[in-house]
Amino acid sequence: MRPLLRVGAGAGFSGDRLEPAAVLAQRGGVDYLVLECLGERTVALAQLRKQMDPARGYDPLLERRMDLLLPLLKRHGVRLVSNLGAANPIAAGEAIVAIARKQQTPIRVAIVTGDDVLSLIDPDELTLESGAPIAAYGELVSANAYLGVEALLPALQSGADVIITGRVADPSLFLAPIAHEYDWPLDDFDRLARGTSIGHLLECAGQLCGGYYAEPGRKEVPDMAHLGFPFADVDAAGNATLGKVEGSGGCITLATAKEQLLYEVTDPFAYVTPDVVADFSTVTLRETGPNRVEVRGAKGKGRPPKLKVSVGYHAGYVGEGEISYGGVNALSRARLAGEIIRQRIGKEFPDMRIDLIGASSLHGRSFDTRNQPYEVRLRVAARAATAERAMVVGEEVESLYTNGPAAGGGTRKYVQEQIGIVSTLLERERILTQVTLREWSRDAQAA
Amino acid sequence: MPKLHDLAHCRAGDKGNTSILSVIAYRPEDYPLLVRRVTVQAVAKHLEGIVLGEVRRYELPGLGALQFVCERSLGGGVTTSLAQDAHGKSLSYALLEMNV
Repeated sequence: MRPLLRVGAGAGFSGDRLEPAAVLAQRGGVDYLVLECLGERTVALAQLRKQMDPARGYDPLLERRMDLLLPLLKRHGVRLVSNLGAANPIAAGEAIVAIARKQQTPIRVAIVTGDDVLSLIDPDELTLESGAPIAAYGELVSANAYLGVEALLPALQSGADVIITGRVADPSLFLAPIAHEYDWPLDDFDRLARGTSIGHLLECAGQLCGGYYAEPGRKEVPDMAHLGFPFADVDAAGNATLGKVEGSGGCITLATAKEQLLYEVTDPFAYVTPDVVADFSTVTLRETGPNRVEVRGAKGKGRPPKLKVSVGYHAGYVGEGEISYGGVNALSRARLAGEIIRQRIGKEFPDMRIDLIGASSLHGRSFDTRNQPYEVRLRVAARAATAERAMVVGEEVESLYTNGPAAGGGTRKYVQEQIGIVSTLLERERILTQVTLREWSRDAQAA
Repeated sequence: MPKLHDLAHCRAGDKGNTSILSVIAYRPEDYPLLVRRVTVQAVAKHLEGIVLGEVRRYELPGLGALQFVCERSLGGGVTTSLAQDAHGKSLSYALLEMNV
């Protein structure tokens, strides 16, 4: 019997910590390392960078991640799958080859393209969010289809060391190497659903190991400063046991696994990916040892005829300003400050929000009314059509120093361009994916 | 009166303008109580002013968990919200404040 396939999660978002992936490659005994680095909005932001420089538009941490990982992948025989390509997978693949050349490490990179469907999008198409046409939202920046396993399999079959993609459904990044290694038919929906549940449990990396979970005194998590990232040992039927590297921080328990299994799932009876409609309600979790949880039982019900497309559009600018008050009546002074701002610029910024940080900024009110906060930070945020107009918000808050309530301190001001995201659907057949190889070897250099 | 925090843990997730709140019993024997007390109506009332749209509840007895899908809860959507916590990641602890 062949040993179980071990797939590890080396990043759960674009800005995630670098070193857990190295720990998994070095000491984790993983066959595949998957880096999930593409949030809902990340592709659109990357598209903006590509417009400014056609050689960019891939993940900004790509060089740092690959510089660290490439020697380890080679030494330990680990293949890497990642959506680090963002808006420019080809440039990402070439950047990785350049790093390999610098390190004198032979490499083959397979690049999956075809998720960029901006040219296929009909602006009159209706969005899933509001039913309004895409064109109603604003000037489009990007449109990327969520690709599935089908698009990744040829890249895996090419024998490449590294597989780079743009937009791919997060669980599919994990399901692809599993389906490839075990040669699963793409209509074996129960197995695809089981693989999808494993991918879903792994895709946020540290969140399975006690990240986004810990609460002192209630939900203790050991050694969070060195939080380990998880792996799954998967068998040919798609049953798996979750684990993490011995000696790494964090914990994998029934509780962390339950939280992550349900995370962001809008229908636990029908979790839709490009590969399968998976029923997670039948999943069973069982602790089999310290930091070991067995996952079984997801069921599949076919796959969707259309793929989800994430459309990015220009949504103007947001200006923000903040200032702090402390001590007696801090709350009423912060409130007065907010009132002054509203009177001065509320009319020109109809889309404005005034928050009292420390009192009610997160939930609009306090569920605990026993205590007055000792300190409060006023935050004003407003939308504007241009960056220049957005600046006014922070400037007005800053001028509270000399024009506002007593003892206001520590102002900060920010302006940020906003990219909105809406979704639509596109027929699967219209999305044409492709695999491009880029490689470097010492022979190639000699020739 | 016990708070939901005494009986369950909760994780918040987001999709567009929808907040997804998973309520998971610490002890399996408390799950039936959660089913009775943490109803769609109770959650909608507790999160009044935050959750502006429909609330759906999925029961997952195998996991001892309830999944709440709350529409129009994230200030227009993660990508364009003016809120500090645009993802609503902190909403799990607002729900745990609920009396059960």
